[in-house]
Amino acid sequence: MIPASYYLALSAVMFVIGVLGVLIKRNALVIFMSLELMFNSANLAFVTFARLYGNLDGQLFVFFVMTVAAAEVAIGLALMVEIFRTKHSIDTDQLNSLKG
Amino acid sequence: MFLLHEASAAPNAGLVPWVVFLPVIGLLVNLLIGKFIGEVGVGIVASLASGLSFGVAVLLALGLAAVPEPGSVPFLDWIAVGDLAASWAFRVDTLSVTMMLVVAGVGTLIHIYAIGYMHQDTRHNEDPGRFRRFFVYLNLFIAAMMILVSADNYLMLFVGWEGVGLCSYLLIGFWFEKGAGGIANAQAAKKAFVVNRVGDFGLLIALFFMFWNFKSFQFDHVFEQVAEVSPWVIQVITLFMLLGVTGKSAQIPLYVWLPDAMAGPTPVSALIHAATMVTAGVYLVARSHVLYAADPFAQSAVAWVGALTAIFAATIAVGQNDIKRVLAYSTISQLGFMVAAVGMGAYVAGMFHLITHAFFKALLFLAAGSVILGMERGQEVAYGGHGHSKADEGPGRSGHADFDPQDMRNMGGLRARMKTTFGVYVIGALALAGIAPLAGFFSKDEILAAASEFNPAILVLLIAAAFLTAFYMWRQITLVFLGTSRTRAAGAAVESGPVITLPLIILALLSVVGGAINLPGVLTLEHWLEHTIEVTHTAAFNPLIAVTALVVALAGIGLAYLLYGRRPATRPTDPDPLQTRWGGLFNLLTEAWKVDWFYNQVFVGGFKRLAGFLAQPVDQGVIDGVVNGFGVLAQASAQWFRHVQTGFVRSYALVVLLGVVAILTYLVWVGVPLP
Repeated sequence: MIPASYYLALSAVMFVIGVLGVLIKRNALVIFMSLELMFNSANLAFVTFARLYGNLDGQLFVFFVMTVAAAEVAIGLALMVEIFRTKHSIDTDQLNSLKG
Repeated sequence: MFLLHEASAAPNAGLVPWVVFLPVIGLLVNLLIGKFIGEVGVGIVASLASGLSFGVAVLLALGLAAVPEPGSVPFLDWIAVGDLAASWAFRVDTLSVTMMLVVAGVGTLIHIYAIGYMHQDTRHNEDPGRFRRFFVYLNLFIAAMMILVSADNYLMLFVGWEGVGLCSYLLIGFWFEKGAGGIANAQAAKKAFVVNRVGDFGLLIALFFMFWNFKSFQFDHVFEQVAEVSPWVIQVITLFMLLGVTGKSAQIPLYVWLPDAMAGPTPVSALIHAATMVTAGVYLVARSHVLYAADPFAQSAVAWVGALTAIFAATIAVGQNDIKRVLAYSTISQLGFMVAAVGMGAYVAGMFHLITHAFFKALLFLAAGSVILGMERGQEVAYGGHGHSKADEGPGRSGHADFDPQDMRNMGGLRARMKTTFGVYVIGALALAGIAPLAGFFSKDEILAAASEFNPAILVLLIAAAFLTAFYMWRQITLVFLGTSRTRAAGAAVESGPVITLPLIILALLSVVGGAINLPGVLTLEHWLEHTIEVTHTAAFNPLIAVTALVVALAGIGLAYLLYGRRPATRPTDPDPLQTRWGGLFNLLTEAWKVDWFYNQVFVGGFKRLAGFLAQPVDQGVIDGVVNGFGVLAQASAQWFRHVQTGFVRSYALVVLLGVVAILTYLVWVGVPLP
């Protein structure tokens, strides 16, 4: 059996990649995908610990996270389509109307 | 709740609320339907209200004559909060009933007189509509004055005290849009109100102290406890009360409002500013005699204030040219006599002089009003002849608007034109000067006799004041009535009608026989008042003092004759004989020792400078500076912090990440608290 630390390491790597993606990328779609990556790294950690401790709560939680993520994708994509219609771009650096 | 003082044993005492209600009913009737009953109707309603009030006072007096026990008639529970329990109860004793008789009696005569006077005055001032308003105010004054004198506790007395002050203000400013510059009358009213407020502040402080130490406002409750509190409490109360007295009774240093109060119509000057309201201070001291008797220092303070006022105001009266201002300063001087008397513990003498003074000073003021009316009519005959219809001319009165019908220099020779007025005026003046056997002789003599036992210095001051009184009264008579008329208006002056002369004749009779209420040896008033006031020393009739006072008064009249009577001035511009001899001093007297100027510089000016200082550096500098400083600080910091708001989503995300890392680092470092 593969040790739990492997899964956790993978989860950490995925999370860091997601964070870097959000911080570095300017394309809103790519940021979105990075966000999903972070979700799934968290899901992986949940499942890992659920297996480790024999507790189904973590597994259960993952379903909730996936459901919410699906809903969030629907809203996020709708927002992005709308932004593209007004700005003709989904470059987040162009969306700086609230600059102080 | 305190137990109310047991109801009075005297018969008729239950009627006492009516002395207040009747004037109130009168004023309500005039207020509501006065428009429809005409001037005569308004006058009759108002006079009847005051006259019936007098009738009730007479019934009360008859009841007390049978059973002279002081008592109180509870009427309403008024205030009951914690320790404070004040009820609306009427005091029926010989002192309060005496005041009621004076107020309602003189008040009724003045009401009747005012029917005639205000008829012409409202037309002369081109607003007949104010006739009704005048009588409403006058009845309101009677009601307030009755509350003052019939109160059974200091709080109710204070209500009356403020009420008469309000009426005084309203009536001084009755022609509020008239006077020099269109504001002089309004300013006079304001001055009276503000100066009285200073005095009222003193009375309020005295009341606060009283409640703090005695836990009661009721006269008997307070007086019972006098021996139980420390002497300085009594001293503080009595001295602050003295400040209230100096305000209402126009004593040094707060007398300055009374001369200006002559801006009111003449019946007001007679009723409020000579006969009744200004004597409230004397009444207050007499009512509080138990407190004053407990503190000799306060007593002598009162006596000295009165004596100094008597002589000081008498000197000013010598230099006045306005017929009413002479009487105003004379009133201040005579109030000084009364205050000195009650200060010396001679309460009966003070009350006696209060009563006789109400007679002859009301008489003098009303007669002066008759003179003014005569001059106004003479002015119309001599210059215009338009009678009463002046509405089309505007306020200019056809080019002689600067003619002052109250200036004695414009008069002269009125004796022949106004015989009745001249006769009563001489009676009033002689009574005031203290010529035997008129009323003023007896009352003034009692005060002088008391002073001779109290303090020789006060006696000298009062005798000097009596000399000046005789002098300025004869000077006035000479200038107004004797000699030849100095203007065409004076030459054409017309005597007033019977509605005016009748009250004058009644008051003249009272001024002649008024001394009978306390003749030496008989002492009716003293035996009457001793049921209420513990008469500590009976002012024995002192023949030496009496003769001295009489000689001094005759000397004053003689000197006035020598100076003014032998060669009377023939033109209004002729200088005053005193002016030619002692010009500087006389001018100083005319300007009332420049006290008004001094007060303006020190108090009004000082207050304005203080207000200016508080406005300019303090308010605009310090307070506005702090507030504006906060504004500038918020703006500056916002200017700086706005750079944090870059508008780049990714930089916000970076800050969030750093925050999370920082928190996690902290938790790892410290260790996660386990549930």
